[in-house]
Amino acid sequence: MKSSDLLLLMPEIILAVGAMVALMVGVFTKGVLSARLTLTVSLAVMVLALVALWSSGQNQLVLDPFNGLLRLDGFGLYVKSLCLIGGAMALLMGWQWLERESLGRFEIPVLVVIAILGMWLMADAHNLLSLYVGLELQSLCLFVLAAINRDHRESSEAGLKYFLLGALSSGLLLYGASLIYGATGSLGFTEIAAAVKGMGAASLSLGLLMGMVLVISGLAFKISAVPFHMWTPDVYQGSPTPVTGFFAVAPKVAAMAPLVRLLVGPFAEMQESWQQIIILMAVASMVLGAFAAITQNSIKRLLAYSSIANMGYGLIGLAVGTVDGIAGLLLYLSIYAVMTVGAFGVILLLRRGGTSLDRLSDLAGLSKHHPKTAFALAVFMFSMAGIPPLAGFFGKYFIFLSAIDAGFYVLAVVGVLSSVVAAYYYLRIVKIIYFDEARSSFEAPGRIQSWVVGVAVVLIVGYFLLPNGLINQTRAAAAPLFKTEAE
Amino acid sequence: MMTSLPLISILTFLPLVGVLLLLLLKPGSDHTAKWIALVVSTIVFLLSLLLWSGFDSSSSAMQFVENYAWIPSLNIRYHMGIDGLSLFFVLLSAFLTPICILAAWDSITHRPRDYMIAFLALDSLMIGSFCALDILTFYVFFEAVLIPMFLIIGIWGGERRVYAAFKFFLYTLTGSVLLLLAILWMSITAGTTDIPALAEFGFTAQAQFWLFLAFFIAFAVKVPMWPVHTWLPDAHVEAPTAGSVILAGVLLKLGGYGFLRLAIPIAPLAAHDFAPLIFTLSVVAVIYTSLVALAQTDMKKLIAYSSVAHMGFVTIGIFTLNFQGVEGSIFQMLSHGIVSGALFLCVGVVYDRLHSREIARYGGLASIMPHYAIVFMIFTMASIGLPATSGFVGEFLVLLGSYQVNFWLAFSTATGLILGAAYMLYLYRRVIFGKLVNSDLKGLADLGWREIAIFVPLIGLVFWMGIYPTSFTEPMVPTVKKIIADYDAALASPVAGSDPAAAAAAAAAAAEGDEAEPKKPAALILR
Repeated sequence: MKSSDLLLLMPEIILAVGAMVALMVGVFTKGVLSARLTLTVSLAVMVLALVALWSSGQNQLVLDPFNGLLRLDGFGLYVKSLCLIGGAMALLMGWQWLERESLGRFEIPVLVVIAILGMWLMADAHNLLSLYVGLELQSLCLFVLAAINRDHRESSEAGLKYFLLGALSSGLLLYGASLIYGATGSLGFTEIAAAVKGMGAASLSLGLLMGMVLVISGLAFKISAVPFHMWTPDVYQGSPTPVTGFFAVAPKVAAMAPLVRLLVGPFAEMQESWQQIIILMAVASMVLGAFAAITQNSIKRLLAYSSIANMGYGLIGLAVGTVDGIAGLLLYLSIYAVMTVGAFGVILLLRRGGTSLDRLSDLAGLSKHHPKTAFALAVFMFSMAGIPPLAGFFGKYFIFLSAIDAGFYVLAVVGVLSSVVAAYYYLRIVKIIYFDEARSSFEAPGRIQSWVVGVAVVLIVGYFLLPNGLINQTRAAAAPLFKTEAE
Repeated sequence: MMTSLPLISILTFLPLVGVLLLLLLKPGSDHTAKWIALVVSTIVFLLSLLLWSGFDSSSSAMQFVENYAWIPSLNIRYHMGIDGLSLFFVLLSAFLTPICILAAWDSITHRPRDYMIAFLALDSLMIGSFCALDILTFYVFFEAVLIPMFLIIGIWGGERRVYAAFKFFLYTLTGSVLLLLAILWMSITAGTTDIPALAEFGFTAQAQFWLFLAFFIAFAVKVPMWPVHTWLPDAHVEAPTAGSVILAGVLLKLGGYGFLRLAIPIAPLAAHDFAPLIFTLSVVAVIYTSLVALAQTDMKKLIAYSSVAHMGFVTIGIFTLNFQGVEGSIFQMLSHGIVSGALFLCVGVVYDRLHSREIARYGGLASIMPHYAIVFMIFTMASIGLPATSGFVGEFLVLLGSYQVNFWLAFSTATGLILGAAYMLYLYRRVIFGKLVNSDLKGLADLGWREIAIFVPLIGLVFWMGIYPTSFTEPMVPTVKKIIADYDAALASPVAGSDPAAAAAAAAAAAEGDEAEPKKPAALILR
């Protein structure tokens, strides 16, 4: 390890030190302002870290600091930015909700910052061990966040469920890592890649294959791809809504990163083997996400299934495994993040008589009492259904473009047809807010939430005007993953 | 001339400016909202007349072309332009929108501002669809139409509006997602999404088969063709009057337009092979839905089924792929756009007064609403296709075209004419003639000034198109000739870019029907 490596890690160091500072602020200040002060410090830390990240020039270079434990490149930069912005938005707009529910504890912002640090490590990890450390760091924070409303039965249940299955998936990952180590003699991605290449695609050892499958399974838990999705609806429903909003964006994006890095990196030679797995997961996620959501009556459960389906679409890009496929995946994740943050922003606004609402039928009358909020939610739903000219359409467009390009015709057909099924339940929400009889009024929306939702609407509606910028960004981000392979 | 101005973009996006204005309005200013919508849509219509006056009727080339980079990384362009095929559909869209807004003036009391927003958005999207020359741009407009139409049916519709709105949305979406896949495949294979370039690309016969299948599913649902027409009666019955007018008047035409603009130029060989299937389905549509229309007790449903039958004429005309047939089908679409729209407005007139669409509730209206009886009669006659009305020209040309293909095709198509006369006259007799049995009808007022103002331009057009159709056919002629010439050239030449054996095999397989679809090698499907 060189001391200059520490300099490269400045954004992460800012997050880590900042989290501790925020914790101290929270512990040593008293009264109502304590939590708000911690929140302010945490948000400042995140902004600072983002600035440091963007000024690091990470998108220009490909660096392997700490003896190859980490890989700093444009892909990591993109994923890290997405996690941080998504996480910060979820925290920012959820705060008022948390305070109203008397959950405005100072621990929450601190945990979010530490979780994001873990995600950043996952995005940068270039070694199975550093990947595991990052994964555990974020998972432990998420378990606590899920159960933060500890006097509430469902929240505790969500935390426990998430913890048990999370522990199982970590175990799978770790076991897989040890098998891979046994087969290749290394945990570093570069070394594994060399070993796999040496073996040749025809004579792969069984241990390596098993290891890869287990690692994929472990990460699939985190992105809640079918058949590792069972925890998602319960955790989504039980956790406090702002926490759910955070879960729906940041950890999924973060867990997608190592999956991409592993599969198009060290395991690129084994594409024949993992492609089938990813395709199966993609199809199962799309279909199950589409059909299971139909019967849901809870908004959060519905969004849980919707996120499962969305991960299925994203996995198509991964299954293709080309620059365009990964770029499509990144674009899809970015648009998904904006839609999800916006949709959760709207759900946070839904309060009546001091309690938050979670029944779909509670949405009735939204268009009468809050026409702007109703419009926003309708935009997000049409966008998720993939109706042009909204951004969600373009996300799907690029995913399917890469699928057709790679000759996955059946996958593409299943994908578009399940998107029609999914359109049904997105439309159901539009139906409830616009067609159904109005009920009594909702509480007035908070200002910050309204701003976040407003920005999300503008991004989703306006995306078609200048679609090119983000496409080039994602392509640039996906390119370094493949450049190193050629070397 | 006007070519220096981006007239098409102005036409396409001016209604959206109106939408923004309406969004900025304070809640409660409904009256202002109506006026804004009316003024904006009228300006759009007047501007669209500039298209007509500036249009060079002797050319089949695209005119008023605008071509800018949109998504350069994928070579997708914002390419807009019109030829003789699109010109009148743009005019029709721009013409019907102010009429719809006027028709809704008093009858929509629930959220009138949002209603106006939906119609202006529709105006923009319809014009955009008919002008788009890039296939993705087309798809964006084509699909986006679903959003305002879904809301129009769902918010302002009748009793079973939710069911109808969902059925409309999901049917159409299912059809068009497959079109999307075809677009993706073409953009990869041909490296462009430009429609004229795709038409010249020359896909292999097997590719054309699959592409045409995708086009066929998407546009057959939209037209709609039997047996995927079942969303239409529901949507029409439940939609508010103006929604039905736009749906029958313009949105159905997107299907026919899609066949002519995309399916036939891009996949001419497959179009040739699919023609018998389309004839069969269309003849069934013409005869079967006419019989169904005879049995209806709901006025709107009857007209909805008549729409399916009339659109059957259109698809027959398109796939005769000769000059008279194609020109007739375009003319028939324009005529049907006006006549069926007007018939829905006629139903709307009595529905506004009595809130019933049941035919049995009426009868004897001639004695209390004489002006209405006259108006209704004119459109009934136009729908039947009486000479001197617009309906005659299109049907006659289609029959002429179909006779060149096959006597029995022409024979069965003509049967539809007779049945059409039967159900329309039967409807007219039951509503207008007879004794005034239901006593509550006695108080009904005849047409008001607003209603007369709506019907007068429609009546004028019906006669203009019927008596002097040349004004309308003249600009179409070069374009229709070009479509036919390109199609004939594609059939005559050995298949570009593929060996004739494969083409013949695919053609044979296609002719044998669905069981014999050329199966893709498994390796291609799950690589």
